[in-house]
Amino acid sequence: MTAQRVLAGPPAAGGPESLVDHERRLGARPRAEGLIPVLEASGVLGRGGAGFPVARKWATVAERGQGRAVVLANGAEGEPLSAKDRAIMARRPHLVLDGAALAAEAVGADRVILYVGEEHVAAVAAIERAVGERAAFRGRGHDRTPIELVTAPATYIAGEESAAVHFIDAGDARPTTVPPRPFERGVGGQSTLVQNVESLAQVALIARFGDAWYREVGTGATRGSAVVTIGGAVSHPGVLEVAIGTTVRDVATSAGAVDGVGAVLLGGYFGGWLRAHEAWDLPLDPVILRSAGSAFGCGVVHLLPPDACGVRATARILGYMAGQSAAQCGPCVFGLRAIADATARLASPGRADGRDLERLVRWSGQLAGRGACRHPDGAAGLLRSALRVFADEFTRHERGRTCSQPGRTGRAA
Amino acid sequence: MAIAVDRIACDGHGICAELLPERIDLDDWGYPIVSPEPISRELADRARRAVALCPVLALRLRPIPQPVVSQPTRRRAAVHGSRARAARRLEP
Repeated sequence: MTAQRVLAGPPAAGGPESLVDHERRLGARPRAEGLIPVLEASGVLGRGGAGFPVARKWATVAERGQGRAVVLANGAEGEPLSAKDRAIMARRPHLVLDGAALAAEAVGADRVILYVGEEHVAAVAAIERAVGERAAFRGRGHDRTPIELVTAPATYIAGEESAAVHFIDAGDARPTTVPPRPFERGVGGQSTLVQNVESLAQVALIARFGDAWYREVGTGATRGSAVVTIGGAVSHPGVLEVAIGTTVRDVATSAGAVDGVGAVLLGGYFGGWLRAHEAWDLPLDPVILRSAGSAFGCGVVHLLPPDACGVRATARILGYMAGQSAAQCGPCVFGLRAIADATARLASPGRADGRDLERLVRWSGQLAGRGACRHPDGAAGLLRSALRVFADEFTRHERGRTCSQPGRTGRAA
Repeated sequence: MAIAVDRIACDGHGICAELLPERIDLDDWGYPIVSPEPISRELADRARRAVALCPVLALRLRPIPQPVVSQPTRRRAAVHGSRARAARRLEP
């Protein structure tokens, strides 16, 4: 079930692994010649949430970049329930930097940027230190392109790919209208590879050990390992690395799930709720979850405490997402505020005005695809899953009767 | 042809929905909900007016990519070797 690959090596308490220790344990970084076909053969998918095949992204940028491409390693991790990117950066910064340097060689980039959420203090420090360690070796054939560290604002959408490009170009971490997408025109107008830091860490291992090695773990068509964040109603919340295909139940059990959990949030705030009995046997596999109407997203598995109210938990999340809107697009600004407020009214039994549930159902179908980015889509998807999973609770609240779980605040995070 | 909206530029004036109600509706806050149905020839003129009259120029008309339908080759039997391969590459 657990797989130690990206997180293999010295324990977390030891802090960031130094360059010397990293190379002693794993060997020097290989060259990137022939790497894209190896990534293709491995089938490795991006770990930022979209799950797009890494090799195909690299091939596209390599072709368009004309030697002036940009690599943007995305460690913004604005999703509040996710901690895996900051953990990887804080513990294995040289895996991430190896991956970024390999990408730069493979796609023909003359600029490499590490974009790290400013609130992830240990990760920022580890990357800063690691960049310094590598700079001392650059003359000896290590990284040809200097690595720039840019700290991202601590907002939910700062990690959206066009927002990241916009911040680096203009200091404004709000999404821009696409097309053109970053792989077409990104930082400085150049073709830009935006790649999650976990994806780059996986690449750094595949470059050393090969595609067959990568595919040795995993229980399904999608192979490899994934770093996930398990939290909520568990005794040992945290980050762990698992074989892709591990069930939700196995991850929950390993983290000490309490008895009686009724609902699970998969994929983070951008994901969706499932009834616990539907979720336990689901494999943590991006392809299988998508075809089952769910999402792996950024690998968040969050258990709702048995005595928490799903309506209140959802109201909290939607309130957060409404507050995190970039406020550029009407449907997002007004729509998210409306669904957050209506859900908040429903969360306090007796405050709803009898039409709120009907409004929520209507609005939830109107938000997707109507913003410049996918933020409203995420909120709408979360709301729709809540309306399904907590249908009885929503109805009970609307009719003004007491909540079935009145005693807790329903904190989801 | 379809109408595309620059969602950042759009300010919810709503003139587009008045000019092209067959394809554009307004949500509760006055922002356009665009039908995915293509713009027919009959609607094309009014669609172009809607694009031109948007006060913030948030609309544009874009072509809808057509699926590629492979055509049967007509002269394959008469062409051999490298010329056959070249001919096949040129066909749609």
